[in-house]
Amino acid sequence: MTAAASPAAPARQRPSPLARLLAMAVVPLIAVGGALIVGGIIIFLSSFATGEPDPTLPFQAYASLFKGAFGSLRGILFSIVSAAPLILGGLAVGLGFKAGLFNIGVRGQFLMGALGAAAVGAWVADAPPVVAIPVAFLAGALLGAAWGFIPGALKAWTGAHEVVTTIMLNFIAGALIAYLITGPLEAPGFSFSRTGPLGNAELPTILETVHLGVFIAFAAVPIVWWLLWKSTLGFEIRTVGANPDAARYAGMRPAFITILTMSLCGLLAGLSGAGQILGISHFMNASYGSAVGFDSISVALLGRAHPVGIMLAALLFGAMRAGSGLMQIEAGIPVEIIDVIQATILLFLAADVVIRRVLGIRAPSAEPEELQTISKTYGSGTPA
Amino acid sequence: MTESQPQETGDIALEMRGVTKRYPGVLANDHIDLDVRRGEIHALLGENGAGKSTLMNILYGLAEPDEGEILLDGAPVKISGPSDAIARGISMVHQHFMLVPVLSVAENILLGEEPMANPVFLDRREAHTRIRALGRQFGFEVEPDAKVGSLSVGWQQRVEILKALYRNAQILVLDEPTAVLTPQETREIFTVLRQLARELNTSIIFISHKLNEVLDIADRITVIRRGKVVGSRIPSETNEEDLAELMVGRDVLLTVDRGESHPGDPGLVVEGLHVADDHGHEVVHGVSFEVRKGEIFGLAGVAGNGQDELVEALTGLRKTASGKATLLGKDITTATPRQLHQMGVGFVPADRHRFGLVLTFPLTDNIVLNDYHQAPYARGMIRNEDAIRARSESSIAEYDVRTPSATVSAGTLSGGNQQKLVVAREFADDAKLLVLDQPTRGLDVGSIEFIHSQAVKRRNAGTAILLVSAELDEVLELSDRVGVMYRGELVAVVDARTADREDVGLLMATGGKAPTEVTKDMAADLEEVS
Repeated sequence: MTAAASPAAPARQRPSPLARLLAMAVVPLIAVGGALIVGGIIIFLSSFATGEPDPTLPFQAYASLFKGAFGSLRGILFSIVSAAPLILGGLAVGLGFKAGLFNIGVRGQFLMGALGAAAVGAWVADAPPVVAIPVAFLAGALLGAAWGFIPGALKAWTGAHEVVTTIMLNFIAGALIAYLITGPLEAPGFSFSRTGPLGNAELPTILETVHLGVFIAFAAVPIVWWLLWKSTLGFEIRTVGANPDAARYAGMRPAFITILTMSLCGLLAGLSGAGQILGISHFMNASYGSAVGFDSISVALLGRAHPVGIMLAALLFGAMRAGSGLMQIEAGIPVEIIDVIQATILLFLAADVVIRRVLGIRAPSAEPEELQTISKTYGSGTPA
Repeated sequence: MTESQPQETGDIALEMRGVTKRYPGVLANDHIDLDVRRGEIHALLGENGAGKSTLMNILYGLAEPDEGEILLDGAPVKISGPSDAIARGISMVHQHFMLVPVLSVAENILLGEEPMANPVFLDRREAHTRIRALGRQFGFEVEPDAKVGSLSVGWQQRVEILKALYRNAQILVLDEPTAVLTPQETREIFTVLRQLARELNTSIIFISHKLNEVLDIADRITVIRRGKVVGSRIPSETNEEDLAELMVGRDVLLTVDRGESHPGDPGLVVEGLHVADDHGHEVVHGVSFEVRKGEIFGLAGVAGNGQDELVEALTGLRKTASGKATLLGKDITTATPRQLHQMGVGFVPADRHRFGLVLTFPLTDNIVLNDYHQAPYARGMIRNEDAIRARSESSIAEYDVRTPSATVSAGTLSGGNQQKLVVAREFADDAKLLVLDQPTRGLDVGSIEFIHSQAVKRRNAGTAILLVSAELDEVLELSDRVGVMYRGELVAVVDARTADREDVGLLMATGGKAPTEVTKDMAADLEEVS
């Protein structure tokens, strides 16, 4: 009955918080830096087309980009406003990663949220703002949540992989919107098919272009963080994501958690769409589209699926969008170069293992969990 | 054991000199010297994590040593990979067989080394003839066309050995070969190994942590502890206590002091339970038994005879097809894992990585894995980190979990400490029933001793304990009564203190049926497979 004299676990001391932060951030930082270099090379190469190669062009372009994004109060505010929908969209992807789900249906959930806000907002346009605004937001959030609930339920009950079902639902959302806005929801008296005026449901702007939806987006960051790490529900979500078998053994209900998490993801994406309609577009036309859906995936990956990381990544993407206009005017570089840079960031992130090997950085764990979620084989999701 | 030796016997076939291998934070092999003679069975004894596997991986070309050299027949060599090792006559039979179940015996043996009749077609006939001849030589002729998946584990191992022989292995490494075998199968494989050493002059390296086996089979024993060679012994000049002390570095209690038990009222009562596997085939056929309070009831059986499904059914992880289970009179047949936990059922699952722990989570989260939702660990939906922390600190201290802190992830602990963590969570003071499924599989002697003593302590406090283990010795030494599972049925219940090990082993292998019936059973299996 003596105490066992087995050797103590190899003393791997827990690194300091700063060191852990650095270990987490190193690949995202390399990805951004590397993408900017690649973008710079492309900008330089593009100058050959004008006949006079100009090695300083990339620097001019990036300087105007920076100036556009941060050079004025207006620029800074625009960067923040552009980041808001990406924060919510990024959280909608990141929260899914924590539960072991790859939600690439943000596009559809965003569109349904936008549709709900546009349709219900027009319907309650004459109500006082304190009623109209919450009702319109709620409609968008709920419709988005419904668009997340469907793939969640399909996965939990039939094992259908969420990657497949959410992609299909993205298309269904687009087609449904086109039908509804050219049909039942079409507002009379306009020269093209669109939803009706929002009236009192329009979000007031507080400063320049900053509307109420921006505050909701930033408030969502600590809320999701709290949910994940301080609540029992978050513990269940993370356990199901890390080890669904252990979750079942521990008395949790993985199927329920899967459905609930996908619905919450949809809710966040729906809020994102609602904010864009109520705060910026003020109506929806039949071909309404947005880059938010797919940029959200890049944002979540760049932010390592952590709420704070997602906020920072969204701010970066927002700033690039905000500054790209001035870059086009001053340096003559088309705004599309931003798409190139963002895509290159994604490539670098996906090559996480390669980057670590080339630079000799030891991974803190085998592979970031969000990448593991992506690389899980299809059909691995058995009904629980 | 090996009396009449051919001429070259005794020449040194393999020598490893000063082999050192460092992994970050661990010195896996620390200047290990090992020599193996021709025709010798050389046992490599050590606890899990002592460095045996690392050393063999170096020999097999799977890892590169940081220092030291390897000599084959006196000449230094550099082994660049498994194919290089095979070409030099080194073969390895892994603990988990490297066989393709859907291929035939011959196809498995030929894999990677196909004899060609011409550049396009395999020369099957030549291969079959050689395989048959090799098998006949060692008394286990195996049908080359049989599908490997339809063979028993013992026969699969023979196929692995045949594969090595087919490749003219001069040095054969067997990694824990008996872990999956019944005592009878173990004896048979030992006969084969002795014959190999004697007749073909093969050098055999036998890796094990089982003392009695090593004493039985080896000509020489080298003991490794924490990456170092701590001693070398000849079986006739040593005994189990001596070896255990060498291996662990201190006196160890080899057998559990289970003492007297005082069983009380029935705790768990199982009546006519039928359970199906994932494919819907019934694999537990009407099993009935009871585990009384203050009693350890052991379930012995070769892996795959329905024990897994039975345990999953009793712990709420699998639906029962029919039958009934009660705990202290309350029906638990359809209870969920959470309901069972709240009724005082603790469960140490066989696969702690899959079920027992979330390896990426800190110890704190793992300690409250099934209590996280209730006071004091949560108030409503809000987790109470102070309470979680306090519980973790006390559990870690009480169950002697060796860890730098409570916040490291469970995956950084050694297997023994991981299992102690699971035990710390499941062995509640007021436990009514403990289900221990392979509680000590893959653990070091020290951890085994600790977990066994904790189980006895719980039993003496009046807990009903159901112990399921593939290790017959563990079941016999720890239990009060033992039931034997064979093909989904409980074929016998015996008193563990008086049971004969051989009899129980035979029951495990045949279910107490006549040999002809066993053959019929196997034929039925083959039907099902094909």
